[in-house]
Amino acid sequence: MTATAIPEPARRLSLLGGMRNAFTLTWRSVLKIRTNMEDVLGLSLQPIMFLVLFTYVFGGAIAHGSTHAYLQYELPGLLVMSVVFATLGTGLMLNQDITGGVFDRFRSLPIARWAPLAGAVLGDMVRYVISVAVTIGFGMILGFRVLTNPVSAIAGCLLLLAFALAMCWVSALLGLLVKTPQGVQVFGSLAIFPLVFGSSLLVPTATMPGWLQAFVKVNPITDLSAAERGLFTGGPVATPAVRSLLWALGIFVVFAPLAVRAYRRRT
Amino acid sequence: MRYDATTANAVEATGLVKRFGKTTALSGVDLVARQGRVLGVLGPNGAGKTTAVRILATLLKPDGGQASVCGYDVVRDAHQVRQLIGLTGQYASVDEGLSGTNNLIMIGRLLGLPRSDARARAGELLARFELTDAAGRPAKTYSGGMRRRLDLAASLVGHPRVLYLDEPTTGLDPRSRADVWVMIRGLIADGVTVLLTTQYLEEADHLAHDIVVIDRGKVVATGTPDELKARAGGQVLQVSPADLARLAEVAALLAAGTTAEVVTDAEAGVVTVPVTDTALVPHLFRELDDRGIELAEFTLRKASLDEVFFTLTGHRADDEENGDCELEGSNR
Repeated sequence: MTATAIPEPARRLSLLGGMRNAFTLTWRSVLKIRTNMEDVLGLSLQPIMFLVLFTYVFGGAIAHGSTHAYLQYELPGLLVMSVVFATLGTGLMLNQDITGGVFDRFRSLPIARWAPLAGAVLGDMVRYVISVAVTIGFGMILGFRVLTNPVSAIAGCLLLLAFALAMCWVSALLGLLVKTPQGVQVFGSLAIFPLVFGSSLLVPTATMPGWLQAFVKVNPITDLSAAERGLFTGGPVATPAVRSLLWALGIFVVFAPLAVRAYRRRT
Repeated sequence: MRYDATTANAVEATGLVKRFGKTTALSGVDLVARQGRVLGVLGPNGAGKTTAVRILATLLKPDGGQASVCGYDVVRDAHQVRQLIGLTGQYASVDEGLSGTNNLIMIGRLLGLPRSDARARAGELLARFELTDAAGRPAKTYSGGMRRRLDLAASLVGHPRVLYLDEPTTGLDPRSRADVWVMIRGLIADGVTVLLTTQYLEEADHLAHDIVVIDRGKVVATGTPDELKARAGGQVLQVSPADLARLAEVAALLAAGTTAEVVTDAEAGVVTVPVTDTALVPHLFRELDDRGIELAEFTLRKASLDEVFFTLTGHRADDEENGDCELEGSNR
């Protein structure tokens, strides 16, 4: 080994290099989804279970016997619900990477510090797409119909993905703060259930008591459900869609830096 | 100090201090790994070995002192240091969900290799570590020894100049351990500087050119294995009576005849004592003979590192096996 053959190490990594790192780690996340059948099974079965349970358990009672009418009402909401639950995966995976020592390896490599986080988040987009596709696909088998037009429906999917991309930073923060993957499950569910059920996602809010309606009104899930309903089955879109996007932006702006900071602290 | 490939010391650390809450993991550790040599960092569980490696690998910031790799500061020039090092952790850090091949391709890509080069390098390393047959299987199906080998391969993708091996054989069966040793010797032959932590004295003795003994966050001795052995009195007299009932008698006799501490191993039926003055040996032999003690063994040999460790720290290397091990785990 000659001394001259060794190049001087680079002083810093370019932004382009960092993005390449992030894409490599996205590839890894996607590969992991593909090789982890349990995850794929859970992702596909959960929306199916939601659809069957909510349509046939609540449908008749809520929509006065017409399960089809309820399906048309609930499906946009179930899209939101499935995607929000799917964001838990980001926190789970980050937590496993840290407790399993994989992040130690990443951090000993000359890669961008933010790349592992970005890779986990971007890779999860694939999971959200699966979740959305299964919900719509199975919903259609049960009789759901898009009453607007394909462009609106696609816009609805994109809005969902944008919101999920923001929410998964909350999940990432959780994954970085708690000690075990079980902790992610427990605390994640505790946060998600009130958000999801304390909204117009599954039922009209008229019968709820005043204090709950106050919460429902400020709950971003209410806005997102309304926007999805408008985009898939018709109704006002502009206000709830803009409010959802603003919420997504706000959540991202607050939680992404917090997650990055927790990541630096933890590791 | 600027980058200079002829720098004699690949790794230098002075006065490293690290605290976790109220526990002090390192209280002023100095160490030097010379270019192309193996530095063995030896100590019991909880001594601070892993903390030291994590600082030297830029994973932790020290609370005091400084360290450099090939002249680059581990805190200020962390990005440069990361281009020079390879790390194999105590808790093997491969991605369990990915196959052996994909684990190595991922690291190659992260290091900036084009796709085809990353694939070629992965194949080359898998062959070298005898993992070709298992290359397509997820790492979670690997045995302990295979995982350790994959971890070793992963740390070598970028042709590191300094390799940290943090307890590379802990938890492995003797056969797998021997395999890993052979592979580490191969790396040494390639001219890589290796910093190896271990709680096995035998491992340090086999692999290391230089040894730093750490106990409770402090360096208690440094030197070559031979130098350290010499410090424990150099030679050890080992006596075993034919009649085990007379073991205590032998121990008492040796204790009276020497100044060092006598160690009795009742199970093995052996009494050992460090000997500084070899002129004493014939005298001791005669005394045993005078008492009519029949001997199964009477040997004068070099001290083992085990005995060195005992002399240096006052306790055996595996004393704290279950005691302080939480300390190093808690920083994760």
